[in-house]
Amino acid sequence: MLRYAATRILFLALGLLVASALIFWALRILPGDVAQMIAGTEGTPAQVERIRADLGLDRPLAVQYAEWIGGVFTGDLGTSMLTGASVAAQLAAKAQVTIPLGAFSLLIALAFALPLGVVSAVRHRSRTGAAIGVVSQLLAAVPVVWAGLMLVVLFAVVLGWLPAQGFPRTGWQNPADAIRALILPSITIGIVEGAMLMRFVRSATLQALGEDFVRTGAAKGLTRTQSLVRHGLPAVGLSVITVLGIQIAGIIVGAVVIEQVFTLPGIGRMLVTDVGARDLTMVQGELLVLTGFVLVTGFVVDLAHHAIDPRQREHR
Amino acid sequence: MSALARLWRIPLGRSALIVVAVIAATALVSLFWTPFDPRRADAYSAWAPPGWPHLLGTDGTGRDILSLIMAGARITVTVAIGAGLVATVIGVALAALGALTARPVRESVAVFVDILIAFPVLLIAMMIAAVWGGSLWVVIWSVGVGYGVNIARVARIELRRVNRADFVLAAQASGLTRSQILTRHLLPNAAPVFIVQLSWSMAAAVLAEAGLSYLGFGAPVTQPSWGLLLSEVQDYITVHPTSVLWPGIAITLTVLALNLLGDALREATDPTLSRGRRAQTHTPEVIA
Repeated sequence: MLRYAATRILFLALGLLVASALIFWALRILPGDVAQMIAGTEGTPAQVERIRADLGLDRPLAVQYAEWIGGVFTGDLGTSMLTGASVAAQLAAKAQVTIPLGAFSLLIALAFALPLGVVSAVRHRSRTGAAIGVVSQLLAAVPVVWAGLMLVVLFAVVLGWLPAQGFPRTGWQNPADAIRALILPSITIGIVEGAMLMRFVRSATLQALGEDFVRTGAAKGLTRTQSLVRHGLPAVGLSVITVLGIQIAGIIVGAVVIEQVFTLPGIGRMLVTDVGARDLTMVQGELLVLTGFVLVTGFVVDLAHHAIDPRQREHR
Repeated sequence: MSALARLWRIPLGRSALIVVAVIAATALVSLFWTPFDPRRADAYSAWAPPGWPHLLGTDGTGRDILSLIMAGARITVTVAIGAGLVATVIGVALAALGALTARPVRESVAVFVDILIAFPVLLIAMMIAAVWGGSLWVVIWSVGVGYGVNIARVARIELRRVNRADFVLAAQASGLTRSQILTRHLLPNAAPVFIVQLSWSMAAAVLAEAGLSYLGFGAPVTQPSWGLLLSEVQDYITVHPTSVLWPGIAITLTVLALNLLGDALREATDPTLSRGRRAQTHTPEVIA
């Protein structure tokens, strides 16, 4: 286990290093000049030069990169090139929307994908199973944007139960309003992500049904369902853990789009705005936090899977 | 029986192939003919309901929605083919490097691929868009790179498997160079894997194009993209909710057909896939 953890940590560190370097250098091969952009068309060469020095853009790239990474360890991601706001503070403020949104989405996805996936596998020869299969195949093809818009039409326009857009200006001071604003967005991401998860749960359950240990359970006198619940589902649960990392990455991507659909002031919407405005320090901070989060979740999921799964322990 | 004939015998594969062909044909036809000029605004017929002569109605500027959807198929087909090609080239290159080179090279390529796979396609797209601004190239490159590494991971295993076959040994013994073996024996034998992945990566590209164009980083506003159309009608969703239907149906149908085509292609080309395993369809990642 320790050896495994050590290799995974090394892998994570390497991943973070590659990610940060890629993000940093990719954003530095910009054709335009940021200092020129800030100074505007009326800026004199001297002004442009001063802005460049202020932002530290006149130093070698490697020095700038080292400074940026050094700051990351102390929680300092620099300041916005356009507004001067602290990137880390902005991210922390917007995370108050994105983190609950992601957590709700994940819960919704799990809540409907796990039972339906298992049922569709157990009943894969019946109409119920086939119907669930068709629906999951269909949902996997629906663009998140459209799913969100259709839910708005149904629940906000036709039924008028929930707000179509926006988040309370006062944030979480009124929790009920904040949660109401997050219900439709979470359901949207949850359904689309859940459809993928459901297909995975289905195939994992089908595989479990064919495993020797489930058949042996049935041979010992358990019913097929009892044997599946007692011996098969733990195996299904373990395979689900392995795809949780991908699921969480999918939810983050979904949040970037859905925050735009529902005009939620989260990290995704901030990223879209900053990419549009080409605020490079903001964009690099946001991309680093998001990809870093994906890499770290993948790492935690790997470790958890390794720690829980007895099959991984036997032949180490 | 050829793979195509086997594909035709799978009902879902046949339907998927027909839908994909219809969409490709629509894109071609739209080059010469659409019921109306998709760019022509006509204030007098704004928000016409579905009927005659506007079969799917019009949008807020009076543009014919059917014509917009037909013209939008062009962008979808272009992006799907472009991204599919880039993904395949990157996938083949990385898979070959990861399967057939000396051990240190091979393993560092595998590690590199494993790291890149963790990057969500949409974030790669945002990174490219932050530098060069939004365009269809952003979609093509981000999906191409993002899906290319996925193809590389699957295809590497396949190439290694084929590489151990006796006919490769025989080819080596008869004096063929490594690139000759690659093009004559390895790639043709691993081709089914690439074709299946190509179909899935095209589905991902269609979703990504819709999402990125919606966000404003894909198709330029002058082009009739399905994703762009969604963002344009969104502002009027409370008044004209049905206008949101058509672009969404077009996207969903295309993605569904490409996903099913991939599933069916796998079934048609993989002789080891038994009936039991057939039920296990692939799980695509959420793109946008």
